[in-house]
Amino acid sequence: MAPLLDIKKATKIYGGGMLSAGPVTVALQDYDLTIEESPATITTIAGESGSGKSTLANLVLGFTELTSGQIVYRGRDLAEMTAPERMDYRREVQAVFQDPYAVYNPFYRVKHVFDLIIRNFKMASGKAEARDMIENALNVVGMRGEEVLEKYPHQLSGGQRQRMMMARAYMLKPKLIVADEPVSMVDASLRAMILDIMLRLRDEEGMSFLYITHDLSTAYQIGDHIYLLYQGSVAESGEAAAVIENPKHPYVQLLLDSIPVPDPSVKWGGDEATTIDDEEMRVSVDSGCRFYPRCTQRMDRCLEASPVPFPVGANNHNASCFLYDEEEKILA
Amino acid sequence: MTAATTIDAMDTVMVDSGPSEQDAVLDIRNLQVFYATPSGDVRAVDNVSFKVQRGEIIGLVGESGCGKTTTAMAILRLVQPPGRIAGGEINLDSVNLADLEGDDLRETRWTKLSLIPQGAMNSLNPVMRISSQIKDTIRTHEGRISNRELKERILQLLQLVGLPSRVYDMYPHELSGGMKQRACIAMAIALDPVLVIADEPTSALDVVVQRVVGETLLDVKERLGVSMIVIGHDMGLMAQLVDRLAVMYAGRIVEFAPVESIFNEQLHPYTQLLIESIPSIKEKKPLKLTEGLTHDLRTHMQGCIFQLRCPHVMDICREENPPMRALRSRHETACHLYDDDGIRLH
Repeated sequence: MAPLLDIKKATKIYGGGMLSAGPVTVALQDYDLTIEESPATITTIAGESGSGKSTLANLVLGFTELTSGQIVYRGRDLAEMTAPERMDYRREVQAVFQDPYAVYNPFYRVKHVFDLIIRNFKMASGKAEARDMIENALNVVGMRGEEVLEKYPHQLSGGQRQRMMMARAYMLKPKLIVADEPVSMVDASLRAMILDIMLRLRDEEGMSFLYITHDLSTAYQIGDHIYLLYQGSVAESGEAAAVIENPKHPYVQLLLDSIPVPDPSVKWGGDEATTIDDEEMRVSVDSGCRFYPRCTQRMDRCLEASPVPFPVGANNHNASCFLYDEEEKILA
Repeated sequence: MTAATTIDAMDTVMVDSGPSEQDAVLDIRNLQVFYATPSGDVRAVDNVSFKVQRGEIIGLVGESGCGKTTTAMAILRLVQPPGRIAGGEINLDSVNLADLEGDDLRETRWTKLSLIPQGAMNSLNPVMRISSQIKDTIRTHEGRISNRELKERILQLLQLVGLPSRVYDMYPHELSGGMKQRACIAMAIALDPVLVIADEPTSALDVVVQRVVGETLLDVKERLGVSMIVIGHDMGLMAQLVDRLAVMYAGRIVEFAPVESIFNEQLHPYTQLLIESIPSIKEKKPLKLTEGLTHDLRTHMQGCIFQLRCPHVMDICREENPPMRALRSRHETACHLYDDDGIRLH
């Protein structure tokens, strides 16, 4: 059976059009990702700002088009879908966005978001059925319709709004939910609730998630697989627990060392962190490993070619770093 | 003691009893900031008192809407209508900022007290070079200074926050988020203030950059001996950065203690909740779920402000507002769960 989502050699380049003079921005380069249809999984895409994780979300949701490569959904190429197929795709792949404030139209009561999809996808035959569907979806996220549906968005808290977005996505019974930083704007004490809903939808409803985040700790808590992006390429991938407990790529090690430990007696560890400005970043990507300017273990050959993923552990744990090139070690 | 008459009296109990009391840079007493709405005042900050010692970093944590930014804005006297400072004192180096007006206020701002704003990357002027923006600040307050001296000073500032000297001639869009943030830090310390307020200095940055900015703040504090108030909601970052931590909930401080002491033992149930909800990267554990809403800040709640969400709520919590009490050495909290000797009742 074809996988649920299969991304092959996806590349997205911004700029470089007729009118643009400056250098192009490679947002995503030769990106591969496969999500199997069952069992349902939570696949985390993590990385810093500008690493291409939101570009990936936009590509999967069909907001932008690939420069080259393919996104295949259940055996059908996204770019070649017919209109009815695309309609189905839009229904089966849902999104939950970062900002729970910006996704609502402030002039409508919140039930408008549910009414809209029921109308657009002709989901209910009558008002009673529609009401039941909405109520059912809200119950899944632990809310009651009578309490919230007649309110305006500003009357709800950020956590409530984000849960309603989950309910909205759930109502369409999607196969895949693209969650782009769903908890980064929700208070820490309420985050757990959103993450718990994701776990329940995965286990009870068989919905898969593409969970996009820069927060490795939540990825560790709920993610099944993880892909860590750096500057548009995968630095390391594998099972979330294996990667986070035993990181191999120098960038991922730096990332994990930089997470502030909630213990005043343990200070930031590892090598000293360095960042570079945007100009250096652009220049550095011409050839070779993109992490070279910041890497503490760089070698000459890192400038010659881009590293491909090398296996570093069980269950497809790969790191794109020449430190793990076994053939090279044998030759040497 | 009858509850109704003593509530306000108890609120006025001082929060701080640190050892170096005499060296407080900032002394806030019973600060109240209210926002006027058609259906009554929202009590955004209600009877907040604390002190900041010289060369110390105070962390102010709490969820959105708990009044942490409003407290900072009140210290800077930047509360805008419909908000107003409804009461209390803000003593900075024994001058009450709440009474200052006009030129006096303008002079105090930035020379004694400066701000690293929330989302600092968007607070730089996009059409001015970094150097011109810092020059503006210095010239406005110190008058005529020779260009050479000015340049030397700005280069020193940039070096202090770990920026290369070529940043001097750069525009904000040429810098990364973390570098812009550090440029803002340089600007905040340009006039050698006694207190810097950093409002969520790292909230929009990823962890590596967050760490670089955090380390810059620590370094600046060490070298200049400046006091800071850092506002945030990331308990992990607070653990790394601050000396003492004030936990705010619904406009009040509910716990105030040295950061080691708080991470060692959380006395207030809300602080426990905050620390338990930090996701770990060391061990997988079941998610800790919490339900509940803050009460409507327009009403003066009878009893403890946390009663609606508190897992240990008792009858007394619905009647009497718990006063701030030092239950451990320098560790104060406002909770009925403990008796006067700091022993937990149940």
